[in-house]
Amino acid sequence: MITAPFEYARPRSVDEAQSLLNKYGSDAKVIAGGQSLIPLMRLRLSQPTALIDIQGIRGLNEVRRDNGSVEIGALVRHVDIQRNAMLRESLPILVEMSNDVGDNQVRNLGTIGGVIAHGDAAGDYNAVALMLDAEIITNKRRHQARDFYRDIFTTALEHDEVVTAVRFPVSTGRFAYTKFRRRLYDWAIAGVAVQETGSSWRVGYVNLATTPRRGSAVEAALAGGASAADAAAQSGSDIDPTSDVRATAEYKRHLTQVLTVRTLQKATMAA
Amino acid sequence: MAVTSMIGARIQRREDPKLITGHGNFIDDVNLVNMAHMSVVRSPHAHARIRSIDTSAAMASKGVVAVLTAADFKPVIGGPLPVTNSFVADKKQVPEQFPIAADEVAYAGEPVAVVVADDRYLADDAAQLVVVDYEPLPAVMDIEKAMEPGSPLVKSDRPDNIGWDAAFPGGDIDAAFAEADVVLKQRIGQQRVFPTAMETRGCVADYIPYDNRCTLWTSTQVPHFIRLFVGGALGVPESQFRVVSHDVGGGFGAKLRPYPEEYLATAASKLTERPVKWIEDRTESLQATTQGRGQIFDVEVAAKRDGTLLGLKFTQLLDIGAYHGVFSAFQVVACLLGGGCYTWKAINARSIGVFTNRMSTDPYRGAGRPEATHLVERIVDLVALELGMEPAEVRRKNFITSFPHTNNFGLVYDSGEYAKSLDRAMANIDYPALRKRQEELRAQGRYTGIGFSTYVEICGLGPSSATAPAAGIALVESSMVRVHPTGSVTVSVGTHSHGQGHETTFAQIVADTLGVPYDSVEIRHGDTGDTPFGYGTYGSRSLAVGGMAIMASCHKVVEKAKKLAAHAFEASEEDIVVDQGRYFVRGNPSEAKALAELAFASYGAGLPEGMEHGLEAVSYFDPPNFVWPFGCHICAVEVDPETGGVSIDRYVAVDDCGNVINPMVVDGQLHGGIAQGISQALFEEVLYDDETGQMLTGTMLDYFIPTMAEMPHFELDRTVTPSPTNELGVKGIGEAGTIASSIAVINAITDALTPFGIKHVEMPARPDRLWSMIKEARA
Repeated sequence: MITAPFEYARPRSVDEAQSLLNKYGSDAKVIAGGQSLIPLMRLRLSQPTALIDIQGIRGLNEVRRDNGSVEIGALVRHVDIQRNAMLRESLPILVEMSNDVGDNQVRNLGTIGGVIAHGDAAGDYNAVALMLDAEIITNKRRHQARDFYRDIFTTALEHDEVVTAVRFPVSTGRFAYTKFRRRLYDWAIAGVAVQETGSSWRVGYVNLATTPRRGSAVEAALAGGASAADAAAQSGSDIDPTSDVRATAEYKRHLTQVLTVRTLQKATMAA
Repeated sequence: MAVTSMIGARIQRREDPKLITGHGNFIDDVNLVNMAHMSVVRSPHAHARIRSIDTSAAMASKGVVAVLTAADFKPVIGGPLPVTNSFVADKKQVPEQFPIAADEVAYAGEPVAVVVADDRYLADDAAQLVVVDYEPLPAVMDIEKAMEPGSPLVKSDRPDNIGWDAAFPGGDIDAAFAEADVVLKQRIGQQRVFPTAMETRGCVADYIPYDNRCTLWTSTQVPHFIRLFVGGALGVPESQFRVVSHDVGGGFGAKLRPYPEEYLATAASKLTERPVKWIEDRTESLQATTQGRGQIFDVEVAAKRDGTLLGLKFTQLLDIGAYHGVFSAFQVVACLLGGGCYTWKAINARSIGVFTNRMSTDPYRGAGRPEATHLVERIVDLVALELGMEPAEVRRKNFITSFPHTNNFGLVYDSGEYAKSLDRAMANIDYPALRKRQEELRAQGRYTGIGFSTYVEICGLGPSSATAPAAGIALVESSMVRVHPTGSVTVSVGTHSHGQGHETTFAQIVADTLGVPYDSVEIRHGDTGDTPFGYGTYGSRSLAVGGMAIMASCHKVVEKAKKLAAHAFEASEEDIVVDQGRYFVRGNPSEAKALAELAFASYGAGLPEGMEHGLEAVSYFDPPNFVWPFGCHICAVEVDPETGGVSIDRYVAVDDCGNVINPMVVDGQLHGGIAQGISQALFEEVLYDDETGQMLTGTMLDYFIPTMAEMPHFELDRTVTPSPTNELGVKGIGEAGTIASSIAVINAITDALTPFGIKHVEMPARPDRLWSMIKEARA
C-alpha cells in the first residue's frame, strides 16, 4: 500500500531536528531506519504530516565505553551492533539479540534509537534496556528506562524530543536470550533475556505485555535462592500477555515459564 | 547431431536468467503513454447495506480523472461474473455477482467504488475521500451456523445460505457398514488459506474507442478465458479484444478466473478514454483474491478387524464465501477422490456448499485432492491405531493393485503401483531404524512421530466427455507449430505458464519430436493475439493435455516433411525414414535432408502437385481420460511437549508422475508443492473475527507464510509408471506435492502424540494448540 502524503525534512543537527518538530507540531514523526514506522505508514495506520529524517545528523552513530557504561548512539544499526567487537566484550547480550532482530534487510537499516523511541514491547532491545536499568538520552533530558515505557507504543518522549543515545551498564556476566517464534523472521510469541550482574540475575520479557517487562518477581525468587523452575513459576506476576493470532494468553504464560527455565539453564551452562 | 533425447534431460530453465536478474516482464512493468491509475474503494464491512456514496470530495481531489460506482458501470458492463455450472447438485443456488456492489456488500473487501487518477498515489489519496454511508447488517461467518434455519442471510435477497447440496452415492453403503468389525467417526477440518502468489494480481486496460478495440494486460493463468468473459461483458468481440499476460509471478489457482477488477479497469478505460492500470497491493490481495480450502469433513469409516477397509461415509461442508468462485464447485472433487488409493466396497459422500460473508473460495493448488488425501490418509491411520496395526500395513492391505481401475464413482485410474512407492519411501527413510529410535526417545521423554501419506490424484483436466457434463466446458488444449523457412520453430500454445517452466519443457518436447535443436524452438503463450484458443494452466494439465496438443502438431509437421522429402528424393513416402530430424530414403542414411532444408523447400517453388506452401500445423487435443499421479511421502517430526513446537527431522517423498520431461522442473514443482502443504499443516490460517467479519490476518505480519528456514531438506525420489492414456506417457506434477504433504506432517504429529492418547490433530498444528491438547490429555 501507499502512504498518505507527508512533508519530508532532513536536519543536519539535533537542534534543527527539534525546531522542525516544533514547526510541524505533534503530527510530525522522527524517522531513522524506518523499519517500524514505514510499514505502519504504508497501511495508513500512521499518517504523519511530516517526517524528520535524522539519518544525516553526525555523531549519533558512535559506540563509546567509559566509567562502566557503554553509550550507543541512536543511529547505530543492528548490523553495527552485530559487528562491534567492543560491545561483544562489554554488552554481549545486546549483540546476541541483534543477531536475531528481523531479517538482514531490517538489520541493515533499523537503528537502536528507533527501537527505543518506538517503545514496542516486541522490540528485543527494550526488554534489555529495562532490565539493565539503561538510560535513554535525548536532546532534552535523560530518562531512566524504568520510567520510560508507559503504555502500548507509548513512551515518556515528548513530541519534540529526539533519542540521541542509550547508555547501558557494562554487563559481562553470564547471559542468554531466547526468542520463541513460529517463523525465523517473526515477532517473538515470547522472548526471555537473562543477565547475571554481580551475584544477582536480571530478567527481561519481550512481547509479553503492552510494554517490555522486567522479571522482578523471578529476580527476587532467584535472589532468595529459588531454583530456576521455582523462580520461573513467579513469572506470571511479571507479565500480562493477551491472546492474538500467534498464541493464546494462557499459552504465553506457560511458555514464559518454560523459556525462563531454559534461558537460565542456557546462561549457566554456557558459562 | 546432438539434438535428441531432450525429453528427460535435466536442463536449466531458459526462463530463469531473465527472471532471477530482474528482467522479467510482470504486470507492473507494463506502462503506457497517458496511463491513469485505478484505486478500488472496498467495503470495510462483512455485510452492510449501502445507503449512499458521496464521491464529491474524491472527485475534487488533485489529479482525479473519475470516481465511478456501480451506477456508472451498469451501462458499460453487461452481466455478472461467470460461474461454471457446478457438479450436478440436488439443490443449487447460483446468485449473480456484478463486479461492483450497488446496494449491499457481502464481504469485507467487496468493491464499492473506484478512483481513476493521474498516478497511483493520487488515486489512493482520493480513495480515502470517498464517503460511503453503510448500514451494517449481521455477518454470517460460521459454516454450520449459516446452515441453520433462521440464520441471518449472507445477502438479503437470497432464500437461504446454501449454494449447493449434492449427493455422491458410490455403492451399497449400508451393506458395507453391515460387515464392519469397527466403525470410527472423525471430524477433519481444512482451514482457509491464502494462495499468496509472489506477484499479486493487476491489470492494464487500454480501450480504443474509435475502433471498439481493447487490449487487457493481466496477471492470469487463463488469458483466453479472460478474453471470452471480459470482452463479452464489455461488448467487444474476441477479434477486437486482446488479452496479454507476460511473466506471471505465481497463481496457485487464484488467477484462473476473471475478477471484478479486470472488468472495472476495462470499463474505466472505456469511460475515461485512457489506459487504466490497477495493481493489487498485498493487503488488498488478502481481502480480494480468492482463498483456498475452508472445509469441514464429517467422516465415518467401516473396517474389518484384519484391516480391510469396507465403507466410507462423509459430508463435505464447504465455505463458498459470499459468492461462488468461478470454479468453486470443482472442490467437490474431494468427494470423488475421498477413497484415495484404496479399494472400498462403497463410499457415500455428500457436499454442501455454504455461503458466508467472506471472500470466495476457489481452487487452490490441488483443489479438492489435498482435502481428499488429507481425509482418507487420516482415516486410514485412525483405523490402524484402533486395530493396533502398522499404518503401512493397513495401506498395503487395501491398495488398488490392478489397472485401469474404476473407482466407486466411475472414475478410471489409468495406471499405478502404489506399493512400490510405499516400499521405496520406507527404504529411503530407513523406517525400521526410525521406529526403533522413536521407542528409545520415548523412554527419554522425547516425542517423535512418523507420518505416512500414500496418495493418488486426478489431473490433466480434462476429457471433454467428463468436464463438459460436469462444468459446462470442454477442457481441450491447443497448439500451433510453425517451422520458418530456415528451420527455426515457433510454437504457440493455449496453456499459460505462471512459473511452471513451459518455455523450457515444451521446447524439449518439440526438439525431440521434430528433431531440431532445442535452441531453435520458441514457445509463445499468454497473448491471445498470438496463440490459438486454449483453456489455460491449472489442474496440472499443461503437459498431459497441452503437451499432447504440441505433439499432435509436431506429428502433422513431420508427416508433411516426409512428403516434402519423398518429393525431393523422388521416392515414395512410405520409403522415407525419419531419424532424429533427418529424412532419408530407407537404406541410404548418408544422403539425408534436415528439417530446416525441407522447411526452406516448403516455402519455395516446385512443390508436389496439390501441396500448399508452408510447414505448420494447428492441433487441438482432447484427452481420452484424466491422468493419475501417485506416490508416498513420509515425514518424521519431533514435538516438544512443553512448548508444542514441531520440528520436521526428515521429509522423504517418492512421487510418480509417469514419464518425466525435465527432472529439475519436476523437483522444483515438488519443492514448492510440498512446502505449501507443510505450510498449511503447521502455519497458515486465514482468520476472521466471528462477530464483525473483519479479517484478523490482514497483513503478512499476521499471516504465517513460512520461509526456507522453516522447511526441512526434501529427500526426493521417484518411480516411473507411464500413463497409458497419452503418447508421452506423462501425468502431472504441479499439485502433487501439496496434495500429499499436509497429511504426512499431521500424521507424524499425531503419531508423536499417541503416548498422550491423542488420536487426531487439526491444522494448523500451532504450538499453543498442541500444548493445550497435551495439557488436557495429561490432566
